[in-house]
Amino acid sequence: MNKETVIRRVFKPGVFLLCLIPLAVIVERALFGGLGANPVEAVNRFLGDWALRILLVTLTITPLVHLGGWPVLVRFRRMVGLFAFFYAVLHVSNYVIADQFFNWGDIWADIVKRNYITVGMGVIIILTALAVTSPKAMIKKMGATRWRKLHRLAYIAGIGGVFHYWMMIKADLLLPQIHAAILAVLLGYRLYRSKIKTRSL
Amino acid sequence: MLIKQKKSSDIASSEITSKSVFMNRRHFIQAAAASGLIGSIMTPDMADASALSGVGKTPYGKGLTPTDQKLVTSYNNFYEFGTSKDDPVDAAREFKAKPWKVTIDGEVGKPGDYNFEDLVSPHKLQERIYRLRCVEAWSMVVPWVGIPLADMLARVEPTSKAKYVAFETLHDPEQMPGQHRRVLKWPYVEGLRMDEAMNPLTLMAVGLYGEELPNQNGAPIRLVVPWKYGFKSIKSIVRISLTEKMPPTSWNRSAAREYGFYANVNPEVSHPRWSQAKERIIGEGYFSAKKETLMFNGYSEEVAGLYTGMDLSKYY
Ligand code: HEM
Repeated sequence: MNKETVIRRVFKPGVFLLCLIPLAVIVERALFGGLGANPVEAVNRFLGDWALRILLVTLTITPLVHLGGWPVLVRFRRMVGLFAFFYAVLHVSNYVIADQFFNWGDIWADIVKRNYITVGMGVIIILTALAVTSPKAMIKKMGATRWRKLHRLAYIAGIGGVFHYWMMIKADLLLPQIHAAILAVLLGYRLYRSKIKTRSL
Repeated sequence: MLIKQKKSSDIASSEITSKSVFMNRRHFIQAAAASGLIGSIMTPDMADASALSGVGKTPYGKGLTPTDQKLVTSYNNFYEFGTSKDDPVDAAREFKAKPWKVTIDGEVGKPGDYNFEDLVSPHKLQERIYRLRCVEAWSMVVPWVGIPLADMLARVEPTSKAKYVAFETLHDPEQMPGQHRRVLKWPYVEGLRMDEAMNPLTLMAVGLYGEELPNQNGAPIRLVVPWKYGFKSIKSIVRISLTEKMPPTSWNRSAAREYGFYANVNPEVSHPRWSQAKERIIGEGYFSAKKETLMFNGYSEEVAGLYTGMDLSKYY
């Protein structure tokens, strides 16, 4: 098998399956009573966690390409990003269906009154826009510059996602802080790079 | 709701399991479990459980269905043992709730360090089935075993200056690993106004489901104030002080905009993080709907009078 076939036959399906593991885990827990005393909360947190984690992984790909010199990784960015969107959609669906049971009045009240949900809403809108414009054909259609500009919103989504997490916590900020630190490194790297680029122009 | 109270002197000694009998039974169970004799049928949790005897039934909670014991004892907000609700059941396993002392001081005629047994055994234990509503918008129903706080306080003779009751949890990071991190200022403190403390609903719990309090539920002695959000019901109490001034309370100190001193369950006053209009019932499963939260958690009849004339959206 040449390199191209290995990527397409082995690595792509491999990463795809890897990204499905969290889903498999939560389905297993749901089926075999592993969700504990408050299943709605357990599912909600699990899916939110994985949406944010995979979003951060997506944002890690470009720096790895630059620093590690693995251009091939770029070819996984779209798939991983779509999985972040996938888990975010499941997270929000769990909220709309299991938590609120389509009570749109209460949902609207949450969106306007609770800052962390307002932010979460913003993030899901961004992720939707990115997912819709993610096919290669869209790059051509939109033009590479505009497309790239739009997809820079991924950083805003990352910031929003961490904020959403941070704001829902009552007292123990350790985990959101860890996520924020990782995000800061990723964003810092971009800032640094864009500075170097402008200077060398 | 009146229940006939036995005087402390009325208590029949046969009603109280003596400590030695109790210890023997415990040792037998542990030894048997260790030898594998009953290990296959008893979980460690069961071997540790110790039934309380001489518990009087009360009408409190008629018509309520208690939440599954396993859920009550495995879904706990007890930051001294970790900030995740499934932490305490494991992290509190080695906690030593015996021997235990409670210091009672401040505006009382009989201050002192009281042994747990001296504090509890003069009273007849009562079972009270109460709703428990957490500020996080979930709820359960717990069959507590305990003593009205009013009865316990009466024995230490509060002075006329006593306007508030302040409570303090044990501070011992060795035993309470959650205290190694300062997520809250330790020790955890709580407080009640004197009339709230003396209300017949207010309970000092030493057990649940007819057994001694499991560690993760606040062993060996905790407060239960059923018309207030759960965080008021402070656990593993080592100090009770009667004071003239309103005492500080942990969550209020942590985020005053979110948590007030009163923290009465109130569906009309929403919290910045959670609407308080509805609650999720623990144990009802993934597809069950939330239920409307009741004013004062359903205890209006007993407690609404404590707050007449107060703006409850201001004193939240
Ligand atoms: C309209 C959109 C959204 C809504 C309504 C929403 C709602 C919620 C709710 C209700 C919670 C739990 C609060 C609690 O348990 O007290 C939560 C937690 C969380 N959400 Fe969202 N969310 C949204 C979007 C997102 C997005 C887009 C992400 C990720 C990119 C995300 C990641 C998280 C995370 C990481 C948590 C914390 C989970 C934990 O405690 O472990 N959410 N969200």
